Formats: sequence, structure tokens, C-alpha cells
Amino acid sequence: MSPSGKAAVTGVGDTDYTRDAGGRSVLALQLEASLGAICDAGLHPREIDGIVMPIASGATVAEDFVTNLGIPDLRFSVATPLGGAGPVAAVQCAAAAVAAGLCTHALLPLGRTGRTGSRIGARIQQMPQFRTVGEFEAPMGAIAPAQYYAPMARRHMELFGTTSRQLAEIAVTTRRHAILNGNASMTKPLTIEEHQASRMIADPLRLFDCSLESDGACAVVISAADRARDMRQPRVLITGMAEGHPDSPSAITQRPDLTRLGLAKAAPRAFAMAGVTPADIDVAEIYDCFTWIVLCQLEDLGFCGKGEGGAFVEGGALGLDGRLPVNTHGGLLSQAHMAGMNHVVELVRQLRGEAGRAQVGDAEVGLVTGYGDLGDGTIAIMARG
Amino acid sequence: MAETPKPVPDISPETRPYWDGLAAGRLLLQRCTGCGTIRHYPRPLCPACHGFGHEWVEAEGTATVHSWTVAHHPFHPAWRGAPPFTLVTADLPEGVRILAPLRDAAPEALRIGAPLRIGIEDNGQGLRLPVLHPT
Repeated sequence: MSPSGKAAVTGVGDTDYTRDAGGRSVLALQLEASLGAICDAGLHPREIDGIVMPIASGATVAEDFVTNLGIPDLRFSVATPLGGAGPVAAVQCAAAAVAAGLCTHALLPLGRTGRTGSRIGARIQQMPQFRTVGEFEAPMGAIAPAQYYAPMARRHMELFGTTSRQLAEIAVTTRRHAILNGNASMTKPLTIEEHQASRMIADPLRLFDCSLESDGACAVVISAADRARDMRQPRVLITGMAEGHPDSPSAITQRPDLTRLGLAKAAPRAFAMAGVTPADIDVAEIYDCFTWIVLCQLEDLGFCGKGEGGAFVEGGALGLDGRLPVNTHGGLLSQAHMAGMNHVVELVRQLRGEAGRAQVGDAEVGLVTGYGDLGDGTIAIMARG
Repeated sequence: MAETPKPVPDISPETRPYWDGLAAGRLLLQRCTGCGTIRHYPRPLCPACHGFGHEWVEAEGTATVHSWTVAHHPFHPAWRGAPPFTLVTADLPEGVRILAPLRDAAPEALRIGAPLRIGIEDNGQGLRLPVLHPT
């Protein structure tokens, strides 16, 4: 039985995104966003009967939400620890759970004090998913995600002629969208020249190719599609979903093709489930820990061929009136690093027509991707319905 | 002031011979005694035939450039003052890759397929690691 169209996102919520949440705990931030999403759905907190934790950071657990929201009967509880692929994996997991009748309204909370608390860049060596590179590559001085991903980008550049200016196109367009959104950490326009003048971090990735470290939280509620018909918001149906893992998932160094992510395996499955093609996508929220990862995913999604991503993003193609509006909220690069849950929230707002100054005209079908843990990929396709 | 410790490998029983090999100045790779497949990084099981049996063979010592990155930021206190430094992803003729620092060459000279020679160096804190030299 396909879960396509049997689940809907019925509520979305977020806090202010900042670089300093003023000493509030991760749990308090997640509770604020969760209440926002539950209220948006027109539900009472006690109606939540499922919780999917997208990131098993240890900072919060499902029990915290039972305790604080007064949930009387939590029937489904699970975590999807795939790093930045976790939020969209959580969407898939929750959609499957409500489609199967295991629960009716699942809450997916995500929040972090990535700037003022445990800084993202300093934390990954402690994660079990990074055990292999921790043993064999960290002693070489390969410490940060930028260093692990840079050789992928370098090889793409050498093989296909992709340029840093093409990566800059992604950063510049994303910044423009963040400014339109309003709830974003980065508020000043960015030019290609400023990107090119920004300091090199891990060649070929410059400062403005890298995402933010942020404080804040966001959350979504996923409900059974038949129940969603009578709920407060217009239905946003989850029509396609898939997860994919790259070859050599624990060490990019050993991967047969450095320029292919797990998403390349997942995307055809999700499009087939949804019964659409890339040409049908009106808006795409694409995980953007680095500009390069956006370019690679555009290829792996099939919007263009392998090696054609550089040309694809040129000339403002990812802008609101471009050929494929991407990261209309400002993404991890310029809105906030909410591990991609903010991408899920934005896609739902786009498909409801609630995206304000960054609204894509007549957005009916869209997709959101996740990317994490050195190459895992997730995708959800959604449609107004 | 004491030197900042660099990351040390969290060695398991299955990876111990690899690190012992480096300490003795040899880059060792696992070869499956069932099907002959060479695998890297070290792990308990052969993904081709699912045999646990393996032997350790010394890498021939040559490599070619697969990709690279130049760190312009230290990322770790122990590398303060080290940037820029180049880490090369290199293909070995044995069919696996290594990641190792580049020695005696500027990154501008690197090209995919360029030939390299594998060396082994002490990291200044008693851990011996592979490095890559141009040929």
C-alpha cells in the first residue's frame, strides 16, 4: 500500500531565528514552535498522539513533550537520526505512521542553540555516524564538514568546469529570499563580488558558501489526510517520499562517485510515488548546508544532468521568477540553520499561499530535501489538495 | 605552554593492525582471504563475499590524485598556525583511496590523475600517518 496522499502537513510553527536566543533552553524553544504548529493546525495539544524527533541530539526527548504539553496518550514515538536528512526522514516516518493508522496527529519538533550552545562545527566528532572519519581522517586535520565536502566540489569543478561564481549565484539568490522572508538571521543583501571576496574556508568553499549557526526552533504537525479535510488549514498532501544512502555512506573518501549523493537514489522513487516529474515542481526547498550541496542535489534530483548544475543556477534561475524557485525562505545559508526543518515549514507555507513577499505564484506542487551525515538524502513531494 | 593534543584514533580490535602497521612504517590494507577483495577503511566484514577472514597486505606505495581541498581555517586548536594546508584524496592502484596531507608541492600543481608517492610521517605527537608527495 502506497502512503502517497494519505498524510498531510496540517500545522507549521517557528520561533524567531537569531544568533542568540537569550539563554532560553532548546526545549523551551521547541515547545514554543510546537505550540505554534499545533495552534496553526487548530488542534489542542492533548490531541497529539505521535512524536517523531528528527534529530536525536540528546537535548530533548519525546517524554519532554508529553510532560510539557500534557499529552495523555502518546501512541507512536520514534527518532530519525540522519543529521540534516533527519527532518525530511521524520516527515516520511510520520506520514507512514498516520497512513498506517498508528497515530493520527504527529508532532515533529526541531530546535537548537547552534550558535550560543553546542556549536555545530565543534560537535560532529562525537556523533556515532562520524566514527569512521573520526578514526581515519580527523587525525589528518580533516575536522569540519566543510573539509569533507570540499573535495566533492573540487572534483566537480575539475571534471565539469563548475566555478565558484556559480556557487555564488546560489548564495546571492538565497540571501535575497531571506530578506523577503523577514524572519531571518541575515538581513543585508549579498553580491556575487562580495561572495568572491569572502575568505576561503576549505577551498573551494568560501565563507558565503557555508551555512549559519543559529538559535531557534520550528515544528510541523502531520495528520491523516482524511482528518485533515476538516481541519483549520488548506490541506498540503504528502504525495511522494523517499530516503537514499550513498555508496560508502560513512566515508566520502571511499565513495565511487564523489559527485553523487544518496538523494540520487531517493529522488526517482519519490517522483514515481507522487506521479510527477521534475518539470511539475513549482518550488523546491533544498537542503543547503553549503552552496555546493544545493548544486549537487539539483543534478541528483534530475532538474539537470550530472555536471550541468553550474550552468543551471546561472542568471538568477533559482529566484522567485526564475526557472526553479529554490529556498524561498533563505535556507540554512541566510535564514537559519534549523537542520532543514525550516525548509519543510517553508514548503507548506508556499503551497498554502502564505509565503508573503517571497510567495511563488500558483505554487501547487513542491519538494523539500534533506541531506546529512556525509551523504544521506531524503525527499518529500507535497501538493496543495 | 603544552602542545594542544591532536585527535587520536579510537582504535578497535579490527583496526588495530592498521595502526600498528603505520607505527612500523607500513601502510597496510585488508585483503579478504575468501574472495581477494581489498577493502579500506578497515572493517570486520568483506562487503563482497561476507567473509570475516582477511590478511593485511602492504600498499605498493603509489597513488594518483582523485580530489583535494586546501584548509584556510584551522578547524581545531591543534592546527592553529598550520593553514593553508592541503588534504588530498588519492586513488591507490589497489583499488581503494586514502586521505592524506600533501607534502613538498603547492595545491596549484594538483590535477586529477597526477602521480603521487605515499610516505609515512610522525604527526609530532607520536602518531604515524600517511602523507603524499608528488613524484
